[in-house]
Amino acid sequence: MNNMLYNISIRELLQKYPFTLGYFEENRLDVKGFEGNTFIEYLNHFTQEEVEEWAIDREKIIKDLLEYIDKMMDFLGLEDNHNVESLTIIAGRDKDGNPEKFREININKSQIVSIVGPTGSGKSRLLADIEWAARRDTPTGRAILINGEIPDTKWRFSSNNKLVAQLSQNMNFVMDLTVEEFLKLHAQSRMVGNIDKVVQEIIKAGNNLAGEEFQLDTNITSLSGGQSRALMIADTAILSSSPIVLIDEIENAGIDRKKALELLISSDKIVLIATHDPILALMADKRIVIKNGGIDRVIETSEEEKKVLRELEKMDRIIQNMRNDLRNGLSIDNEKLTKQILVPGTNLLTY
Amino acid sequence: MNLVTVSGPPSTGKTSVILKVIEALKLRDIFVGVVKFDCLYTDDDILYEKANIPVIKGLSGSLCPDHYFVSNIEEVVKWGRKKKLDLLITESAGLCNRCSPYIDGITSICVIDNLSGVNTPKKIGPMLKAADIVVITKGDIVSQAEREVFLSRVNSVNPKATTMHINGLTGQGAYELSTLLYDEKQDIDRVQGNRLRFPMPSALCSYCLGEIRIGEDYQMGNVRKIKLGDEDE
Repeated sequence: MNNMLYNISIRELLQKYPFTLGYFEENRLDVKGFEGNTFIEYLNHFTQEEVEEWAIDREKIIKDLLEYIDKMMDFLGLEDNHNVESLTIIAGRDKDGNPEKFREININKSQIVSIVGPTGSGKSRLLADIEWAARRDTPTGRAILINGEIPDTKWRFSSNNKLVAQLSQNMNFVMDLTVEEFLKLHAQSRMVGNIDKVVQEIIKAGNNLAGEEFQLDTNITSLSGGQSRALMIADTAILSSSPIVLIDEIENAGIDRKKALELLISSDKIVLIATHDPILALMADKRIVIKNGGIDRVIETSEEEKKVLRELEKMDRIIQNMRNDLRNGLSIDNEKLTKQILVPGTNLLTY
Repeated sequence: MNLVTVSGPPSTGKTSVILKVIEALKLRDIFVGVVKFDCLYTDDDILYEKANIPVIKGLSGSLCPDHYFVSNIEEVVKWGRKKKLDLLITESAGLCNRCSPYIDGITSICVIDNLSGVNTPKKIGPMLKAADIVVITKGDIVSQAEREVFLSRVNSVNPKATTMHINGLTGQGAYELSTLLYDEKQDIDRVQGNRLRFPMPSALCSYCLGEIRIGEDYQMGNVRKIKLGDEDE
C-alpha cells in the first residue's frame, strides 16, 4: 500500500478511496490541479517556504494518510463484525475494598437497565468502567465482557468505534446550523451512503418523540429543550456507531420518554439509564443499585412493579394531555380531569 | 523519571485533566510533579499546591511561551530529578495554535474541547497533529452527534493518535489516561540533545525587538505582507 502514493494518480486514489477527500480537506491540502499527479508529486510541489509557512510535515502527512486509509477501510468493512450482542459486568469491589454482592450481570442488546443510587455513589465510575471495557485494571477491579469475551482493545483506542454513546442532562447543541445541515454533517462523518434518506428518517423519529414538531430548516440552537432531546435521541439511535447508550435522566418535559427508549432499543442498542424517575426506572428490565462505589444489588423488575408502572403511565398521560391543552390555549377544567381519573359514576380513582 | 508534555489551547481543561490524572496516579504510589508554563498570568500553581503536588510556574512574559518552554525544559527536567519525581508533567498553553512543544521520544498530549467548534482541529497545527494522545474535554455539555463529528475531525488530522474523552469535572476517563502515562522501564535523566518534533514558528522582526511604530519604514527582519488579491499582484 505504501507504493500507492508513489504510483497512482490522486484521481485514481480518490476513486479507490473516496473518503480520502475528507483527509485532504481537514488537512488543508488543496489537490485541485494535481489530480493527474501522484500524491508524492503533489507533496513535492510545495516550496521550502510554503512548508515552513503552513507547518507541513511531508513524512507525517504520508504516514498519516496511509493510517487514515487503513482505519477507514477497517471501519467501513468491519461494520457488521462490530455487533455487540451482550454486555457482561463481572463483580469487583466497593470503595472500602469489599467485594460486590453479585457475580455477574448480563445485559443483552435491546435491553434496558436502570442505575439508581445517591449522587457520588459511583455511577460515573461504573459508566467509565464500561466505556473503557475494564479488565480488572480500574480502581473497582471490575471486568467487562462483550459477547461473553474479553473485548478487543480497539474499543479503548479507536476513534471510529467508541463503545459507548452518552446522552446527559446538560447536553446542548453548540453548532450554529439548521437541523438538516447538522444531521448531514453527522451522517458525512459516519460515511453514510444515502444521506438524505437517513436525515428524513431521523427527523421523522425525532418528531415522533417531541411534543412540538420541528422542521428541517429550524436552527438547532433554537429548538426547545424537549425538541433538542428528541433530536439527540433519534440521532443517537439511528446514526451513532456506538452499540451502548448511557443516558443520564431524561427530563419529563416535552418528550415522550417511553417512545424514546423504545426507539433506542429498536435500533439494537443496549440502554443504561441513570435515573430516579419511577417511570424510567421501572421501564427497565432490571435495575442496578449503587452504594459506596460498588454495586449493592441487582433487582429484576417484578410483575408487581410492572403493574405499578402501568398506573404511573396513566398518570403521566393525564399530565401530558393537560400540557398539550395548555399549549393549544385551552382551559383546564375539573370535569375533564375527573373523567380521566375517576371510574364513571363512582368516586374511585382509576389508578 | 518519566516525562509527559501536555499542551492545548487556553481554557480547554488541561489543569483539571492533569489534576484528575494525578489523583489516579497517586493511588498507584507514583510521585508526580508539574511545571506550568504560561504567558502573562496563571494561578493554576495554587491548585496544584492545594493538592500537595510539587509545582513550579514559569511565565514567559514578553517572550513566545513555547520558545520559553524549549529554552527551559532541560533545567526543568533537572528540577524533577532533584525532587525525585517518578513522573514530571509539563503543561503549556499553545497560544497561537501553531507551536508544539513536543519532543521526540517523550509522550505528548494535546487537550482540546468540544465547545471550540468542529473546525478547530483544522486550525490547530502541529500541537494537535503531532500529539501521541488527544484528550477531548467538555463532552458532557454537547450532543453525542457533535462529539462524534468532532472526534472524526480529530481523527482525520491525526489518525495515529489515541483519542480519549475525559470529563475534567467528574474525572470520568482520567484513570484510563493515567494508565498510559507511566512506564516503569522508562527513565529520563536529561533531554539535552533531544529534538523537537516540529520547528517552532519563526519570528524575528523589528516588533519582536520592541518596535512600536507602525509603517513600512520601521519594519525589518522577517516581515510578511498580507495578500489582498490586487490585480497587479
